Order: sequence, then structure tokens, then C-alpha cells
Amino acid sequence: MTERDQVVVHIPRLRRYARALVGDPGAADDLVQDTLERALGKFHLWKPGTDLRAWLFTIMHNVFVNHVRRRRELGVLDDEALERPVRDSQDGTLALRDLQRGLERLPADQREVLLLVVLEDMSYQEAATALGVPIGTVMSRLSRARDRLRIAMDGEATSTHFQVVK
Amino acid sequence: MTEARVSETDLHAYVDGRLTAARRAEVEIELAADPALSEQAAAYGAQNDALRAAFHSVLDEPIPDRLLEATRPQRRRPWAIAAALAWMALGGVAGWAVNEAYRLAPSPTRAEAPLAQRAAIAHAVYSPEVRHPVEVGADQEAHLVAWLSKRLGAPVHAPKLESVGFRLVGGRLLPGESGPVAHFMYQSEKGSRVTLYVRTEGSDHGETAFRYADEGKVRVFYWVDRTLGYALSSADISREQLYTLANAVYEQLNP
Repeated sequence: MTERDQVVVHIPRLRRYARALVGDPGAADDLVQDTLERALGKFHLWKPGTDLRAWLFTIMHNVFVNHVRRRRELGVLDDEALERPVRDSQDGTLALRDLQRGLERLPADQREVLLLVVLEDMSYQEAATALGVPIGTVMSRLSRARDRLRIAMDGEATSTHFQVVK
Repeated sequence: MTEARVSETDLHAYVDGRLTAARRAEVEIELAADPALSEQAAAYGAQNDALRAAFHSVLDEPIPDRLLEATRPQRRRPWAIAAALAWMALGGVAGWAVNEAYRLAPSPTRAEAPLAQRAAIAHAVYSPEVRHPVEVGADQEAHLVAWLSKRLGAPVHAPKLESVGFRLVGGRLLPGESGPVAHFMYQSEKGSRVTLYVRTEGSDHGETAFRYADEGKVRVFYWVDRTLGYALSSADISREQLYTLANAVYEQLNP
């Protein structure tokens, strides 16, 4: 397999993670595109035999952090930037909408941990490595993410007086 | 949470399926005895399921073309490629997307000198780059040379030109008509830039003499050495200086 083929294999997963991370499909693919460009440009730094997926997610994390930082430097409030308008999900249930809204309201660092662990099925150590933080930080972010998401989803259901259909 | 025969970490590891079977059994016993904890675990588990269900379909979407394009090394600077293509499509009309200073004049020798012409285009496109003049920097020289050699399928070297006042900035891989091209960039103290364009030739051409071409403002010395074609380009230094550099390159490649 060429370098390119090896990377292409991971694109669907990078897209899924990016979609959940930034919400908007176009912005998510922008993130993936930047990640791919950077990865291919630095491919000589990847050590063959090591986990390419982990390496790609590390790069995506760095690209994402830069995006967030740039928005902050431009004077966009972090929370505002991270709280994107919820897309109309015609095909989605109310529960799905609540989930997306809850996800979007999580601080970015907590959302990253939650998504790497749940969507990518990374071990806590793998997530810690990808994000460049100690494993204890992963655990505390995961805890906070799950609690906040739980409250957001419960609150959403209560405040709109709709039953959440499971 | 109630204190803790089941720790917070245990609870997460439980819902994420990361406990050993033995520990899992212990945690399940604790959960059964503690409705609040049990509810918390169930809520976390439901979140996991909901997240996976919500985004699973992305995996089945076709990969957008722009992402596939992004994995092609030569497509990494769309504007630069566009400028080069426009230049070629327009024949003699200079690369308007390229800096005015590098405007290339029509050259009657173009048809006979594609190597010089292509090297001049590459020089004009990349040498004005301030932030991304190269893909791989000189600090990674061993990687750079190994990478480019691998892609060209021929051993490529980055000549050392410090003795004539130029240091290696780095290199990149470019698309060529018949295969990949290695492109090295050098810079002097004063900021003058010189690029070395190396491509594989279809067959063994023996060895040609140095040839010189003026491609607009870009001066090019080029030659073929058996299966590799070389072109040294600059818009910043005189023909004489460039000739000196070309000799230095040639001597290092043919010790």
C-alpha cells in the first residue's frame, strides 16, 4: 500500500469524528482536509509499524486546537464558536437533536475525549496520547462530559415538555 | 456518587467495556445494590449508544473528492498548480497568478527545452513562497532525500552548496509529465533563491553538456546525466553565478 492508500483507509473515521466534533458537515470536512494535508506533508515523521490511526487523530487534534485558537484570536468567544446552530435533522428524532445540542454545548476538550472514547473506541491511554494530556485529565474530562451531557439531555427533554422517544 | 467501592473510573470503564471480566462482575454486584449508581451507568451507556447511532452513517458516506485530492502530494497547493496549468494552457502568456516579478516571457526554444521550461515554472511558482517554500525542511535532510529517492525510484542527492554561499532550505515533490520530480530549494545569506529540479528521463540519454535558457526572468542551466535530468534555476543571481553553482552541483553528483 502506498502512503496515500494507507491514509485514505482512515478517512471515513476521521470524517465521523470531525462531524461529531464540529457539527457542521462542511466545517468538519475542512478539518479533515487540513488534517490530511498536514499528515501527508509530514508523512516521513510517521514511524512505520506504529498506529497510523492514532497518529492521524493526534494531527487532527492539533489542527482542531489551532482552529479554535484562531477563532479566539479573531475575537470570537469560545463558547459562541463552539455552540453551533443545531441543524434541522428532518430524519432525526427529537432525542437525536437533543444529543447534538448537548454535544455542541460541551467544552471542546471534553467533547474530544468523549468522542475518541466512544466513537473511536480508544482506550483511555490512547485518548491521552492522541490529545497529549495525562490519563487523569482524560478521566476527569470524560466524567464532566458525561455528566453535562446527561443534564443537557434531561433538561432539554423537560424544558420542551416532550417525551424523549428512545 | 456514593463512596466508592465502585470508583468513578470503574464506572466509566464499565460502560466503555474496559474492565476485566472479574472486575466487571464485582461492579455489577455493586450496581445492583445502588439504584443511583445503576441509573448513572445506564445513562452513560445510553449516551454511548446514541452517539454511535447518530454518527454511524458518516462511515458509509462516499469520501468527498476534495478529501481524496488532499491526499495527492502534488495537489497540496491548488493555487500553485492552477498557476502552472494556466501558464501552460496559455502558452507564452506569463503566469499571471504568479508574482509579477517572475513573469515569464515567451521563449522560442520552449519546444526543444521542456526541462528548462518546467524547471522555470516550478521555480517561479515556489521560490516566492515565504511561509511554505518547501514541504520538508533541511533539518530533515536525510528523510527528505530518502523520501524523494523512493518516489523517483532513483537515488537523489541534495548537493551541498555552502562553499558557494547557498544553504539547503528543503525540498518538495512535484508532478512531472512522466513521473514525480524532486525539487530542492537553496537560499543565500542575502535571500537569493536557487532551485534544483531533478526528474527521471524515460531512457538512458548518456550525458549532455550544460545548456542554458532564459525563461523570462528565470535563468536555467540544465543537463541530462544518463537517466536523470537536472535543471538549476534562479531569478535572483547572474548567469555567471548560476553557472558556478551548476558546476558545484554537477561535481558533487559526479564525484
